[in-house]
Amino acid sequence: MSSIRELDAARITDAVEALCIKANTTLPTDVKAALDAAEAAEPWPLAKQTLGLLQQNLCVAAQKELPICQDTGMACVFVELGQDVHIHGDLTDAVNEGVRRGYEKAYLRKSITADPLQRVNTGDNTPAFLTVHLVPGDGCQITVAPKGAGSENMSRMAMLKPADGVQGVIDFVLDTVKQAGANPCPPIVLGIGIGGSFDHCAALAKKALLRPLDAPNADPYYAALEKQLLDAINATGVGPQGFGGATTCLGVAIEQRPTHVACLPVAVNISCHVTRRAVCRL
Amino acid sequence: MQHILHTPLTKQALAPLKAGDTVLLSGVVYTARDAAHARMAELLDKGEPLPFALEGAAVYYVGPTPERPGCAIGAAGPTTSGRMDAYTPRLLDLGLACMIGKGKRSQAVKDAVIRNGAVYLAAIGGAGALMSGSVQSCEIIAWSDLGCEAVRKLTVQDMPLTVLLDAHGGDLYESGPAAYLAARGQN
Repeated sequence: MSSIRELDAARITDAVEALCIKANTTLPTDVKAALDAAEAAEPWPLAKQTLGLLQQNLCVAAQKELPICQDTGMACVFVELGQDVHIHGDLTDAVNEGVRRGYEKAYLRKSITADPLQRVNTGDNTPAFLTVHLVPGDGCQITVAPKGAGSENMSRMAMLKPADGVQGVIDFVLDTVKQAGANPCPPIVLGIGIGGSFDHCAALAKKALLRPLDAPNADPYYAALEKQLLDAINATGVGPQGFGGATTCLGVAIEQRPTHVACLPVAVNISCHVTRRAVCRL
Repeated sequence: MQHILHTPLTKQALAPLKAGDTVLLSGVVYTARDAAHARMAELLDKGEPLPFALEGAAVYYVGPTPERPGCAIGAAGPTTSGRMDAYTPRLLDLGLACMIGKGKRSQAVKDAVIRNGAVYLAAIGGAGALMSGSVQSCEIIAWSDLGCEAVRKLTVQDMPLTVLLDAHGGDLYESGPAAYLAARGQN
């Protein structure tokens, strides 16, 4: 039998606090690199100029200690918890306290309503949107990925027929991007879930957004599909901010999973040019 | 082409604007987004006055982050304008001259923009830090209980904006990508 590692919940709170602040003020290096490459390659003058403004925004955020975007998002928190870890304290409470402190300390916006229909702001950006995965070992990896609503609202899901096949998936993704237009603040990043059940498929799409943009799907079939979708989206001409141009999408990540013989679920979670995530291991 | 505009805005001042033109806007801009629009509609239904006069006014769809001590405002980029579409034609018919946001609008809004000689301008979405640079002062004038959604009176100087919908039916979200594709020989 392996030994159990003890982990104080206060350490999780401290980590989540720091990650909320880091994620909202510093773009991940892979997203920044994708923006740099897009700006260098963009042939359309207005689009190149717009991408330059996005770069300028990152500089201003760093200089003035401002969030990159005013929509500092839902605090989506992913915990990969080793099954040999015992947490002293309540994990959910610890994560929420980290979000509460981080959003207050760094002057981040509180964007959460306590009830979807009665709509009263909770005032501290809690609750966090917490996903926990049990994994082998005694580690604890925490990812905070703040998610803005402009892009979240343009996300879609469909229960396709198996006969629709890969072309059905491609058509649905491209139609989703077309309908989204300028709303999700292009250049966008796409997380796509294919397969699983209704609920797992949506979770896959969100999980796909956590993958660095320079890391294609490990399966060559899906890596090729990611590239095909990226090229097709960038051929639409929507461009940065929807003003026209070659840069509509910075990256496409697909996560696939086994599904029922009668099902072909597909979920498209759209993210923006401020695709934020910060990770630490405890 | 670039235009220099000051609030309050007249139809005459807005008439030369064409979709795709850039604007440097100075003066007073009021913030209002989802919840504030719902409350304004309630006040209009009851025949009561709004927190600010609509005639010639500019509204910015924004919920800024809290300001740090010594700063006028936090990050302040635009939110998606389409969520305000249900309320917008009524406000335009009552004199609202300019909307600042991002994303597509309904046909009813486009028609009301033309009917009233108004404009819809883009701020750069996701560039909240950059957009805050043109805000000189910020004061909550109504509904502070709404937090980031409270109505604020902003004083702005040379706020950099792009014309999305003009008073003549122009729409940059249609003409911009079309121009790019035509130049690339893909049309």
